[in-house]
Amino acid sequence: MSDRPSPLWQLTLSRYREFVREPEALFWVFAFPLLLAVALGLAFRDKAPDRIPIGLVAGAGADRAAAALARSPVLLVRTMSPGEAREALRTGKISLLIEPGAAAPAVVPGPPAPAAAPAGAPAAAGVAEVRRPWTFHFDQTRPDSRIARLESEDALQRAAGRTDAVAIRSELVTEKGSRYIDFLIPGLLGLNLMGTGIWSLAFGVTTARQKQLLKRLVATPMRRSHYLLAQVLGRLVFLLPEIAVLVGVGWLAFGVAVRGSLWLLLVISLVGAMTFCGMGLLIASRTRTVEGVSGLANLVMLPMWLLSGVFFSSERFPDRVQPLIRALPLTALNDALRGVITEGRAPAAVAANLAIVAAWGLASFLVALRIFRWR
Amino acid sequence: MTESLKSLESLESLLETPKQTTPVPAAAPEVAVRCRGLVKRYGEVVAVDGLDLEVRRGECFGLLGPNGAGKTTTLEILEGLTVPDAGEVEVLGSAWRKGSKGSKGNHELRQRLGLALQETQLTAKLTVLETLRLFRSFYQRGRRPEEVMRRLALDEKRDAPVGKLSGGQKQRLAVACALVGDPELLFLDEPTTGLDPQSRLQLWEQVSEFREGGGTVALTTHYMEEAERLCDRVAIVDHGRVIALGTPAELIASLHAADVVEFASEPELPRESLLRLEGVQEVHRHGANWSLAVGSLIAGVPALLAAVERSEARLVHLSTHRATLEDVFVALTGRALRED
Repeated sequence: MSDRPSPLWQLTLSRYREFVREPEALFWVFAFPLLLAVALGLAFRDKAPDRIPIGLVAGAGADRAAAALARSPVLLVRTMSPGEAREALRTGKISLLIEPGAAAPAVVPGPPAPAAAPAGAPAAAGVAEVRRPWTFHFDQTRPDSRIARLESEDALQRAAGRTDAVAIRSELVTEKGSRYIDFLIPGLLGLNLMGTGIWSLAFGVTTARQKQLLKRLVATPMRRSHYLLAQVLGRLVFLLPEIAVLVGVGWLAFGVAVRGSLWLLLVISLVGAMTFCGMGLLIASRTRTVEGVSGLANLVMLPMWLLSGVFFSSERFPDRVQPLIRALPLTALNDALRGVITEGRAPAAVAANLAIVAAWGLASFLVALRIFRWR
Repeated sequence: MTESLKSLESLESLLETPKQTTPVPAAAPEVAVRCRGLVKRYGEVVAVDGLDLEVRRGECFGLLGPNGAGKTTTLEILEGLTVPDAGEVEVLGSAWRKGSKGSKGNHELRQRLGLALQETQLTAKLTVLETLRLFRSFYQRGRRPEEVMRRLALDEKRDAPVGKLSGGQKQRLAVACALVGDPELLFLDEPTTGLDPQSRLQLWEQVSEFREGGGTVALTTHYMEEAERLCDRVAIVDHGRVIALGTPAELIASLHAADVVEFASEPELPRESLLRLEGVQEVHRHGANWSLAVGSLIAGVPALLAAVERSEARLVHLSTHRATLEDVFVALTGRALRED
């Protein structure tokens, strides 16, 4: 009897082997989230803010105006023909289009030309030859256009001789924990826990059913609970390396430190991983084909990719849908992960979120087991 | 989470299909499998239509019939994988029981069975040895995976992934998985369909060896040669019913014709004139040929040749063979076992 290995161990080992012998699976679990982290981390890394491109219509006074505008650290000025400028504005290549007025800054003494006078209101002939206003064309729903407008006006007015009434000093803030990558790493971890849990359970079980392997297994004295437990354990084997890779790279490459307890991070991840295993099992509880299960898994995961605060804060969605978004398991998991990683919260502070995650897991397992089809 | 684990434990009770044992007092010790009045419908289609049979301990019992006759459905009912709409099943003295009682009752029975399904694809990424170890782990007692592997000539493939095996090797592995639990009763569903002759012979040897060790076998096949060679008794199944039952020799003897003459002529001879020939028991169409079941070649062939000459026809084809189970099936149903 001593040569009889434990069936639970053998089943788990089989699941593990099946997984590691599938290079694609390893890519999606380990390489994909890393690539995402690196790509997004680089795209949004701390650096001087981008300059806002603006266009200046060539003509009298344009050269001096261009020199004045170029002194702004925020603006990137290009001088162009009227037609070219309109086209660039329409296609969003520039955020603001400036049409010089007759009175070029620092040329005409006396009161400067009013900026942004209503366009298409050619002042009366004669006087207007000298006082024709500078015209700003822009879309005021675009924040960058509004910034460009303020900056341009300021630059032109200063060049024309306006002086500051109040002295203002800027102090810049770049604190760790408030950067985009600090937001991103916990979100990617949550996303990965969801993806790996759902895919590995849903695919594994459905493939076995489709190939009649489930039917063959239930024809043995195998305990069905062992089979299902092995699927979950086979997935949990990858939990530690998964967390280590993402959190480790976040820390080494981007300086994203875990401010709270590592144990708490582990507990949250474990609960999250189990919950998504349960949801994967539920998705796969009756599906007969891999195609069918792919569609279903995507249907479940896609809303959470978008709504649950992986890439941007879920608080951007309207207040009315917030209760719904908060109730999603990935939102709760991401909040808990951010709580421990970026905010260093205590267990009690993430308990509510953790409870939401666990409730989803529990409900999924119970329903899945009730409706599970073995053949 | 502990709760969800607990619920995993109790899932046996939720997930069960057939199961459990009620010792059936009527079971004579020499009967391994008995079923009565089995009925299984799939929508409008009646797959099994009131089927009775009995497999004795130590014998090899064959269900012979064309595709779609209900052989596989019957076997899966006996294996406890399909629940019949009506009828009783008793396997090794126990009944399969369905419902919510948990798998423990069936568990005991499953310890004593081995089976190979028709279409199972074992996990492609596992090796032969890993697969056998996995199946071995489900059984309390059993045979060493290495030994079973050697018996089925799979040693060379020991570390090969299942996905890389040939059809014959996969089939042998499926049988190895059935044998690794050292069963008393072996169910094989079309074990040699699609195999090359050598693999088929290897499998036949394994079945014979299993029986020499006292095992009982129930198999389905649509190869009459397989049934004649392996089976002590054969049930011929058609449209979900047993239409004939006996040893291969008995079934063939029931034709009252030891030989079969096949011939074709130009022009063709009418059926009536053939039936009148001396010693001819049965006349069937077989492709372009007429097939005559005759009591004796010595009387039958000269009579046929004389008839051909009388009608001034020309003989295009003439051949004879000993009567087989195929001829029995043709005699019973007017159709061939296989349409190929």
